Amino acid sequence: MLRRDLLSGAHFTQGDIACAEGAIAAGCRFFAGYPITPATEVAEHMARRLPEVGGVYLQMEDEIGSVAAIIGASYGGVKSMTSTSGPGFSLMQENIGLAVMTETPIVIVDVMRGGPSTGQPTKAGQQDVMQAKWGSHGDYEIVALSPSSVQETFDLTVQAFNLAERYRIPVFVMIDELIGHMRERLVIPSPDEIEIVNRKKPTVPPDAYNPFKPDKDLVPPMAVFGEGYRFYATGLTHDETGHPQTDSAEEQAKLVRRLCDKIRKNRDAIVQVKKIFLDDAKVCLIAYGSEARSAIAAVTRARKRGIKAGFLGLTTIWPFPDKEIEAVADQVDRIVVAEMNYGQIVREVERRFDYHKITFASKLGEDPHTPEELLTHIAGDER
Amino acid sequence: MERSRKPLSPQHKLKILEVDIVTMPDRCKGCELCIELCPKDVLDYDPKLNVHGVHPPRVVNEEACVGCGLCEEICPDLAIFQRRKGEDKC
Amino acid sequence: MEKFTRKGMIPHIWCAGCGDGVILSEFLRALDELKMNLDKIVVVSGIGCIGRISGYVNLDGFHTTHGRPIAFAVGLKATRPDLKVVVISGDGDLFAIGGNHFIHAARRNIDMTVICSNNFNYGMTGGQSGPTTILEDRTTTTPYGNIEHPFNLVHLAAASGAVYVARWTTIHVRRLRESIKKALTKKGFTFVEVITPCPEQYGRRNKMPGPRDQSNWLKEKSIIQHFTDPLKAEVGPEKIVVGEFVDADKPEYTDLLRRQVIAIQGRLDQEGKLTNAPL
Repeated sequence: MLRRDLLSGAHFTQGDIACAEGAIAAGCRFFAGYPITPATEVAEHMARRLPEVGGVYLQMEDEIGSVAAIIGASYGGVKSMTSTSGPGFSLMQENIGLAVMTETPIVIVDVMRGGPSTGQPTKAGQQDVMQAKWGSHGDYEIVALSPSSVQETFDLTVQAFNLAERYRIPVFVMIDELIGHMRERLVIPSPDEIEIVNRKKPTVPPDAYNPFKPDKDLVPPMAVFGEGYRFYATGLTHDETGHPQTDSAEEQAKLVRRLCDKIRKNRDAIVQVKKIFLDDAKVCLIAYGSEARSAIAAVTRARKRGIKAGFLGLTTIWPFPDKEIEAVADQVDRIVVAEMNYGQIVREVERRFDYHKITFASKLGEDPHTPEELLTHIAGDER
Repeated sequence: MERSRKPLSPQHKLKILEVDIVTMPDRCKGCELCIELCPKDVLDYDPKLNVHGVHPPRVVNEEACVGCGLCEEICPDLAIFQRRKGEDKC
Repeated sequence: MEKFTRKGMIPHIWCAGCGDGVILSEFLRALDELKMNLDKIVVVSGIGCIGRISGYVNLDGFHTTHGRPIAFAVGLKATRPDLKVVVISGDGDLFAIGGNHFIHAARRNIDMTVICSNNFNYGMTGGQSGPTTILEDRTTTTPYGNIEHPFNLVHLAAASGAVYVARWTTIHVRRLRESIKKALTKKGFTFVEVITPCPEQYGRRNKMPGPRDQSNWLKEKSIIQHFTDPLKAEVGPEKIVVGEFVDADKPEYTDLLRRQVIAIQGRLDQEGKLTNAPL
């Protein structure tokens, strides 16, 4: 049966559009955003498609309002998302904290461009990856995914919604502009090939419901407005009933720890990496996003030259794949980290591996490294 | 040019509501608005202090009360109510 | 009233004589008289003393970050037009940091009611000046007297496109309640400004130290002038113009949206297509 919200089949399209289609396939029916290069195409495509599937596209007056609006829609029971780039991402941070604190499932897409500030709107960058984890104030954990192809953008956007619903967190899809704007083959799966996760609903009647009382997996079931639960959520530190507890050190500790442990204790189920030629590798190349494409080519060429190189691709950037890197660290002599910034994820790698044995390949400007440039780093020629 | 409404005088005699004034003294924060705004001076301070350390209101002139309900509506603390005589709910 | 308030939350944190308590009381009475389905009402509030109201009313609610209740409410209402969304927040939250969201939501004429508790300052944080602080008045951040002209909120709301605009003080208990009822039942973006005494912070610093003093100012200086030109509906030490100022009709956002979606889906059905969007 043909479905309007799942255009199964092969398409040739760009990353931004794949992202929008992935969202709709996952059940997203609300988009609130503000146009910003290079994420505008996500918004434009959502504006066309959402009414077709009975959803709502709302162009808010700014990015701050966009996140507030998608939190509102999510509390009304509707899966919602926004898309932006660096400058908008910065504006969104306060309300990202609100989503964390009120445990609201939302998806935020950041199509990364050159920064800081207005930077280079039409050129790729990977300069927001630390901001995804640390951008808002306070202690918190989130999930950030990084696709390396148009197909993967679709797949990871669907996963982002599933993760958001399962753990009641904001999930970030960090696409660099190159992937966002490139056109490639996209195969949208058929209905039985796609997995959709929905938030846990309360199993108790309204008078027994505590909106922030967690189950064993540390995630509370989420009621929806308008069904008689008469509950409320606040950004203030609160207890399991949702009422503010601004004077209790014990409640603060309990809440902050649970909000973080929700992700930390479930990280094995969340973290994904790509491993290529790693079994007997002596030098490991770590990359994500568009850099991963060059990295795979570089490692393939290196093997042809007889260099025992392997590739670890970070599909999940946060929570950081520390265990996976530690496993690699045990066997290799050197690690090369390639990023389109001046040093972000490499710092996380440095925490798990000997600093002197890490080569940081930094690229700033429009394109990722070429495979040849990465090969130089792998071979150690530049040292 | 400014226009303002002039209140009309009622043509008929107003019916007066027979009410009791019920207070919840421990909710009162002592703002005195009910005492101030009662058009018939029905209320005044209760010499006893409540749990907040303030004087809640008490009825001093029961016959003057016309059941206008202003005390109940102006109270910011939901601490004073009027109850129709004979009923058990406010 | 007890069925309307959350168990254990009353007495509330508001000061003696605070107008917020009256707003709570009149809002609940309005709901009682309207006999609305209480399961379908959502109260969204922002940061400030009045922001605590979503914790006191026994309804679905949300307490957002500073300035954002209207943005949250817009997202909620657009996707759940079946719910009645009421934003109750303060003058700073709605018109300083949140000003942008207010004017755009009013412009869209999205069906919601905004009740603004205007106490002329930022009470919760200690009494700083705000966009409605009266000229020459003293606050902790205008210790020498305020030199900024305040907003005329009624004018701002009317200019932004609200279809119902009213201003009352907390002394006008019954008229306030009637206005709230009208605002809740009217379709479109409705706005009720409530001039609220703040004895502890604002009154104390401006020669109105007790709850009675500021309430008496409201009683003596307010004048009802329905449908006066909003531009002339001033608020000042000598005159507070109250009443209803706008009661208009224009197409509402969720209606227009629903109509559009039906048309788009109808066309797709007719054309036998899954989508008209280029992939």
